Amino acid sequence: MGGFFKSSIGRKVAMALSAFFLMFFLLQHLFINMLSVFSPDAFNEVSHFMGTNPLVQYALQPVLIFAVVFHFVMGFILELKNKKANGVAYARNNGAANSTWSSRNMIYSGLVILAFIVLHFIDFWIPEINTKYIVGDMSGLHNGEFRYYHELVEKFQNPLRVGAYVISFVLLGLHLAHGFTSAFQSMGSTAGRKKNLQAFGKAYSIIVPLGFVIIALFHHLFNNH
Amino acid sequence: MNLTLKIWRQADSSSKGQMVDYKVTEISEHMSFLEMMDVLNEQLVNSGEEPVAFDHDCREGICGMCSMYINGEAHGPDRGVTTCQLHMRMFKDGDTITIEPFRAAAFPVIKDLVVDRTSFERIQQAGGYISVNTSGNTQDANSIPISKHAADEAMDAATCIGCGACVATCKNSSAMLFVGAKVSQYALLPQGQVEAADRVQNMVAQMDLEGFGNCTNTGACEVECPKGISLDNIARMNRELMKAAVK
Repeated sequence: MGGFFKSSIGRKVAMALSAFFLMFFLLQHLFINMLSVFSPDAFNEVSHFMGTNPLVQYALQPVLIFAVVFHFVMGFILELKNKKANGVAYARNNGAANSTWSSRNMIYSGLVILAFIVLHFIDFWIPEINTKYIVGDMSGLHNGEFRYYHELVEKFQNPLRVGAYVISFVLLGLHLAHGFTSAFQSMGSTAGRKKNLQAFGKAYSIIVPLGFVIIALFHHLFNNH
Repeated sequence: MNLTLKIWRQADSSSKGQMVDYKVTEISEHMSFLEMMDVLNEQLVNSGEEPVAFDHDCREGICGMCSMYINGEAHGPDRGVTTCQLHMRMFKDGDTITIEPFRAAAFPVIKDLVVDRTSFERIQQAGGYISVNTSGNTQDANSIPISKHAADEAMDAATCIGCGACVATCKNSSAMLFVGAKVSQYALLPQGQVEAADRVQNMVAQMDLEGFGNCTNTGACEVECPKGISLDNIARMNRELMKAAVK
């Protein structure tokens, strides 16, 4: 089994497994953030639960961090290995004749997503970890009220940040447009090449990033203060 | 037709190559691409120049010898054909055609457009066979029941001629369509089951050792494959390797 994950195919499988976890994570993240558009109270409640529940904080969060780091590091390792396998570059190469732009540029869409995650960590994750585990304030309160909704709205007041988020989500959509069905193929399933899952993958790769874009724009445009 | 050809010239594996321009005139649209190359070479020989070296053998699209990366695509712009079956009617009078060898670190150039594809042979030798007694006492083929579905899929996989267009096309220079087809043609049949686990593990190990890249499922190989080998074969190979790993 140890040899399996050292092989080219084993690494593809590992990429796909981390991708499935991340795609599931994105879906629940979108669901929770969507609450902020419809009900600030519900968003606060769920945010507090996610931010203080030991199972989420000490079990799921480390798994998520591992999956994110692994997906990026392995992605880079494979990209470098693939570049090495290329040999001399073609003088003329017509990639568009046989494959989609998103499938050929996963490394670039991935790099934009990486830059986004760095920004996202500075914006939300690091302040959150600081408040909870460095300062030691697990109450989730600010001036007697839940702070989560206000913190979220505050962040989306800056048009530059909203712009960076929107661009990142467009690239995320392109990454998912290939990644969703590709993960099935890597796992040895031909389901990703059948009509139903192709349609589902397309829908997923549009709806999820679009949802995040709508949330960012909603708070920027309609929640001024 | 009058054409301008931009062709990769390289004296041998250790020299540095470069693109060189040539002109050919009065090319019939009914000629195959290789016949057009023959006209060019005749021209070069008559003027005392070194002819362009390129691989070819059967010129019927079944031997897998001809290669060439034509206008940015393996075996040129047509679908489901090898370079020898590509016809000049696919081009227009006055066109400039770029002709390069199949590129991959595992396919080093021997001369001009000829590349060394023995890495494929070493992958085959690692497991692309079944061990049966062929000394005159072979079993009757019809005595082993095989479903029509499996037989068809195995036959489709076995149509791979090992030309290497998949590797040449792949942005990662991955050989997984080739290896997937070779693994599949046995994995689908009862005769292949006995050595199934060893076969896939050894062939994948040899593929990695040869320095081919990793598949990222762009699907370009399937489009450019002259035999229409399906990406399903790569999925099957992945399944076979997973099965072998947990065995």
